[in-house]
Amino acid sequence: MNVELKNIHKRFGKTYANKGINLSIPSGAIQGILGENGAGKSTLMKILSGFIQADSGGEIVLDGKPVVMQSPADAIRFGVGMLHQDPLDFPPMKLLDNFLLGMPGKLFLNRKEAAQDFNRLANEYGFNFDPESYVDSLTVGERQQLEIMRLLFLGARVFIFDEPTTGISAAQKTKLFDTLQSFPKQAITTIFVSHKLEDVERLCDRVAVLRAGELVGEFTPPYETKKFVSTMFGKEITLGERQPAKTGDVVLSLKNVFLEDTRVRIDGLNVNIRAGEVIGLAGLEGSGQGMFIRACAGLVRPVGGKIFLKGKNLTGKSYYAFKREGVNFLPAARLEEGLLPGLSLLDHFILAEKPRGVFIDKAYGQRLAEERIKSFNIRGTPASMVESLSGGNQQRAELALLQTPLSLVLLEHPTRGLDIESMIYIWSKLKDRCKQDGAALIFISSDLEELLQYSDRLLVFFSGKVSEPIDASGTNVEQLGQLIGGKGWPQKGDIHA
Amino acid sequence: MNQETLLVGLAGVFAAAAPIIFAVMGETLSERAGVINLSMNGTILLTAMSGFAVAYTTNSLILGFLAGLLIGALVALVVAFASITLKQSQVAIGFVLALTCRDLAYFLGSPFMGVNGPRLQAAPIPGLSAIPVLGPLFFRQEVITYVSFFAIFIAWLWLYRTRPGLMLQGIGEKPAAAYVRGANVNLMRYVYTVIGGAFIGLAGPAYSLGVRAGWMGTISGLDGIGWIALSITIFGGWNPVRAAFGAYLFAFLQWLGLVLQPVLTQVPSQVLQVAPFPLMILTLLLVNIGNAEWVERTLAAMPESARKFTAKLLRAMRASPPAALGVPFERD
Repeated sequence: MNVELKNIHKRFGKTYANKGINLSIPSGAIQGILGENGAGKSTLMKILSGFIQADSGGEIVLDGKPVVMQSPADAIRFGVGMLHQDPLDFPPMKLLDNFLLGMPGKLFLNRKEAAQDFNRLANEYGFNFDPESYVDSLTVGERQQLEIMRLLFLGARVFIFDEPTTGISAAQKTKLFDTLQSFPKQAITTIFVSHKLEDVERLCDRVAVLRAGELVGEFTPPYETKKFVSTMFGKEITLGERQPAKTGDVVLSLKNVFLEDTRVRIDGLNVNIRAGEVIGLAGLEGSGQGMFIRACAGLVRPVGGKIFLKGKNLTGKSYYAFKREGVNFLPAARLEEGLLPGLSLLDHFILAEKPRGVFIDKAYGQRLAEERIKSFNIRGTPASMVESLSGGNQQRAELALLQTPLSLVLLEHPTRGLDIESMIYIWSKLKDRCKQDGAALIFISSDLEELLQYSDRLLVFFSGKVSEPIDASGTNVEQLGQLIGGKGWPQKGDIHA
Repeated sequence: MNQETLLVGLAGVFAAAAPIIFAVMGETLSERAGVINLSMNGTILLTAMSGFAVAYTTNSLILGFLAGLLIGALVALVVAFASITLKQSQVAIGFVLALTCRDLAYFLGSPFMGVNGPRLQAAPIPGLSAIPVLGPLFFRQEVITYVSFFAIFIAWLWLYRTRPGLMLQGIGEKPAAAYVRGANVNLMRYVYTVIGGAFIGLAGPAYSLGVRAGWMGTISGLDGIGWIALSITIFGGWNPVRAAFGAYLFAFLQWLGLVLQPVLTQVPSQVLQVAPFPLMILTLLLVNIGNAEWVERTLAAMPESARKFTAKLLRAMRASPPAALGVPFERD
């Protein structure tokens, strides 16, 4: 099926998520869509799959006919099906029921007939499914296959895949790619949305790059990875002056640590982090770095291995035990996990202090709050509610709450959404604090420039694989971008420390 | 105890459970769609009173039951509007309604206290009632008890054998996915909450025109039934057949308490009266043991064959709530 997107606009408030996008995809093509977080990829795909409607002025044309899709169910009727990053299926149901749910037909279900269809389709595509087993016993990769089968049965002629290779095994990726490569023969059009350069290069016969809501480049093979990276990230990125790493004693030591959640697993990680060191964690969201930082905070219990803090074995201890040893974690969701909405700055500073008796010493709290607000340059008063502060000021407030003494600071996207001034300020404060207490710092960021600028060493995460520590002064945006996209990783067997 | 009395007693268990069956089926449907109708306890009292009042005034049992049906649906409509359209806390609105409806029942019902009104009579089914054992057990009941049997069957059939029923399961489990598959999630939530409410509304008249005929105000002994029905819904794993089993178990335990009282004279009668409640809790715990993390860890450590068997057993027993229970649905 031919897909044409003509002059697609979508505005959320003042910002354009999509701005005048024109894209024409011939029938049977495998079209890659690249772009960093927030580039407008998912908005565009939601428009094409009927989840949201574009602002007036644009149109979607399928096989020459302009169509209006009011809902995803509408889109399916026009032949457009989407596989979401988190499969939209029903985990507690049997595969067959999940397959049947939403299928048009008579009032009473005919499970026997449906099972025949199910098995026939599974055979045709080489999927190995028992219709009587349960969806939650499947891996993410298998759930994708299940969804593909369902959409095929519903007559989808255009498939949209949103980050389909996140959280699936290499074997399942091969299987997925085999399936996708059989689509052109049936004139099924595929749209493959991904951050992963390697996957896009391997699979797609054409690639469009989005940046800040606009279509900024279209490519056909042979691809040049370097070109992708510079088009995706936009500007030529220059590195500022770096400070050489000053390292002290080992603060945090991970020995053969295994971590696991439903999406990724990290096998046998060994790493030593020294006082005064700043470690940047790079990788696409969900590649394992979030789990890693939570393991360092004592929030995720490793499946195997040991975690030492200043030589003390803290494996399997609670968050509280980690905190007592001077580990501070500042999560990305500031208002959900970091601060307490509904409480003032004053309340926060009092709460974070060691209790001085049962009753609150208001005068002391007031003094403390004024002093902290001044020294951290927070725009607010002791009585300001935290939720009324801007993002930058919330982040400053969190920094002002760091405990003393500090041995390890863990930060998740510390400057996400902040302006450049706040970012520089926060980093200078952080570095000062760590130097003063001899603490190490680990942070997650999706901003490559920030990673290179402020880290001494980098760990790159890719689908649960963790790189050897990389010296930040010896790498650049291109190389890092490739590693994040899964390219340039050492193959099994030639790993060297 | 001879066979005759035993059969009559057990038949009484089915009759006594009928109102609970209606309430549990209604709540199951509503919760399957993702809406907790916590007003149930109040609704049962209010419909018991109004059902009796209407039947007494009009001298029509049918109108009495219809009144219950309608009032149950109306109360559910309030729950639906507050939780689906206004996106308010289902727990808060449900609680307030439970209390309001209860007090409303006591207040409005005072003119009908203790009066003699119409009531259902046993309606043996010709032919079937003559079957030994089964006849006296199932086929010499009041009409409303037959309807309660039928309600279980219909709820089960709808939920597991029809397309809209399967969609209903999806709506309560993952509304976003149900939406993608073509469901009008919020409309369906309204529909099922109101239908569920109508079922709950049958529970009241089933007491006041049947099992415990008449209206006795605060001493009707109906206060609390709604909360029990709520827990039976959970115990039943949101499955009509299992929930019905729970309702019968509860009615049976209560009957057993009465029967054993003269036999077990050394046991204080209060113990026997209260025993069904902890027994229900215990069953609830047992049924849901497979959800506990430590069980999963223990399972993982078991040898392959034993693990598979135990996992299957636990899977069959396990009841997990509709994942989107109590969560408002927003497109995107």
